[in-house]
Amino acid sequence: MSAFFSWIASLPALLQVVVVVIAFGAVIALLIFLLEVAPRSGRKYTVIRLAACVLVPLLAFLFLGSVLWAAAVAAVLGGVFFWLDYRSRQGAGYLFQLVGFLTPAFLLIAIGLIYPTIITTGQAFMNSRGNRFVGFENFVWIFTQETGIRTVVNTIIWVIFVPILATVIGLAYAVFIDKSRGEKYFKALVFMPMAISFVGASIIWGFMYTARPADQPQIGLLNQIVVMFGGEPVAWLAHQPWNTFFLIVVMIWIQTGFAMVVLSAAIKGVPIEQLEAAEIDGANGWQRFRNVTVQAIKPSLIVVLTTISIVSLKVFDIVRTMTAGANGTSVLANEMYSQWKGFELGRSAALALVLFLLVVPIIVYNARQLAKQREIR
Amino acid sequence: MSRTETELVTTAGSGRARRGAAFGRSGNDTAQGRVKNRLTNRWATLAALLIAVFWTVPTLGLFISSIRPAADITRSGWWTWFANPAVTLDNYRDVLAAGNSQLTMADSFLNSIAITIPATLIPLCIATLAAYAFAWIDFKGRNALFIGVFALQIVPIQMALVPLLSLFSRGVKIGNVELFGNLDAGVGYTQVWIAHSIFALPLAIYLLYNFITEIPAEVIEAARVDGAGHGQIFFRIVLPLTMPAIASFAIFQFLWVWNDLLVALVFADGKVAPITKLLAEISGSRGQDWNLLTAGAFVAIIVPLIVFFALQRYFVRGLLAGSTKG
Repeated sequence: MSAFFSWIASLPALLQVVVVVIAFGAVIALLIFLLEVAPRSGRKYTVIRLAACVLVPLLAFLFLGSVLWAAAVAAVLGGVFFWLDYRSRQGAGYLFQLVGFLTPAFLLIAIGLIYPTIITTGQAFMNSRGNRFVGFENFVWIFTQETGIRTVVNTIIWVIFVPILATVIGLAYAVFIDKSRGEKYFKALVFMPMAISFVGASIIWGFMYTARPADQPQIGLLNQIVVMFGGEPVAWLAHQPWNTFFLIVVMIWIQTGFAMVVLSAAIKGVPIEQLEAAEIDGANGWQRFRNVTVQAIKPSLIVVLTTISIVSLKVFDIVRTMTAGANGTSVLANEMYSQWKGFELGRSAALALVLFLLVVPIIVYNARQLAKQREIR
Repeated sequence: MSRTETELVTTAGSGRARRGAAFGRSGNDTAQGRVKNRLTNRWATLAALLIAVFWTVPTLGLFISSIRPAADITRSGWWTWFANPAVTLDNYRDVLAAGNSQLTMADSFLNSIAITIPATLIPLCIATLAAYAFAWIDFKGRNALFIGVFALQIVPIQMALVPLLSLFSRGVKIGNVELFGNLDAGVGYTQVWIAHSIFALPLAIYLLYNFITEIPAEVIEAARVDGAGHGQIFFRIVLPLTMPAIASFAIFQFLWVWNDLLVALVFADGKVAPITKLLAEISGSRGQDWNLLTAGAFVAIIVPLIVFFALQRYFVRGLLAGSTKG
């Protein structure tokens, strides 16, 4: 396998894409073919099954380069075929197919998400080199020195302000342009930043925030406006604690489009009859909006708020690109990366774990909503 | 999904009918007309316009600056360009040749393409298979397992980065049997492909599952009665019917991978770095060279913008499916 990837790496960049996509496609096609023929009866399929039992271990041997693995694969395969004949009550080949469909995903998830999560959790209680247990020392470090506290507080500021402001602006905009002429284009304008990378957005806004000395012409739009009204140019990203809010503006700029699109679709789903009934009852525009529309789109509102909360909790790119955490703007994700780069594995893992613990309640809430919906269905 | 789709259909359909309606209060008497202009008065229009301007001007400023001569950019604000329009492509030429000791911006642009395409297709295939199993193969503990996969979205990738990296450099061994050898930085894009594929899976499985369960059970049953196995059902029925959903997730993942910085910083170092990483680097080291930064940023965002505007409909559909169901 390593040899295969090394060989690929020696090709020109775009050729690598073609080779990998074709190779991957071939593997998936073979998998599905085997799944399809596994349960069929008849001599032809018996031959194919037999071939599979020989070929797959052979491939395993070639790629993984060990006899043990080939033997293991052969044993599993043989076992599964035996099993599927045995359990024909469920429909022949039931288990084999189930395993075939789910294994690739579960293998990757186990290697890339579950195992690392366990390791990181362990690391959080180890020293910087990861070889001595230090208990809660890393957490004490986060929550006792000033920059650590600043980092946590900043993250909380992000999680409070970004979701609320982005949702409120997005909702207002969705309502204002609802059923207006050119709604499509109005939407596209605000939605566009969703396609722009956080890095790109950071540069766009970094340019907006540029400050020049007062005796020179300003090239940043915001300072130009300040100067126009007779003020002194401001170094927006230098002064605590306001600089965090100027970083937050960038995130709001990106996320409002998401809120707007989802809420706009929800608003269009509000039954006209309810709005008319409220109108007949004498409710004015604002009351109708608050008591009918907002009630009807509540599920979407919750989803938008939780989704943006999670994004803001994990914010990294914006802080990294605009300030790299200087002047007291650091957040958990940025600090975690900095500590890792500084070979402080324990602290880095502890910061990741804090981040994880902050995300959990939000997603558990979401997951419970999902479970409820599945029960209804 | 059916609800969301009807919503979208009504949105698209009423666009034509709506064209005649005036912006602001009108004396329209039909039921639809009365609902139409509920909250749209002059102030609302003004506020909407302000928001629209505020959301567009920063990008506009970036674009105009990127085509101004470098000397002009530092001498006057980009808004003066309208009075004195001078256009040059020098900034783009310069920034494509700029970079660090290992690669130029142009190289990193190629790297971005080489990273993004496989990192979009691979998780998509794997997730579609798994989503199908969750939707149409009955097994014990299916619900619990599915919610488990959904809940894995909790794990911030920050938790997974470092151990996964050391896993790559060590190789995976069980006992003294090697599952795969070390995938060092020398092996190019492999690490970053695998990392992106893994991190995409929970959300991809969840989104695609939402679409695949919406296929009427009768259709699947009929195919089964006709003797189709899971493989055939998957290829002949599920894939064609969920193509729009697959397309919308593909766009999602494409934008996500292209725009990502964190995974790239950890897994795509040196010669295989994508454009976001190089851009962040230039922004750190040459933060005042706005001629390079604006042009570079524009090069980096142009591909996602094209994808986005060309395929906006699918993108919105995916977004709605992912969120209104959540």
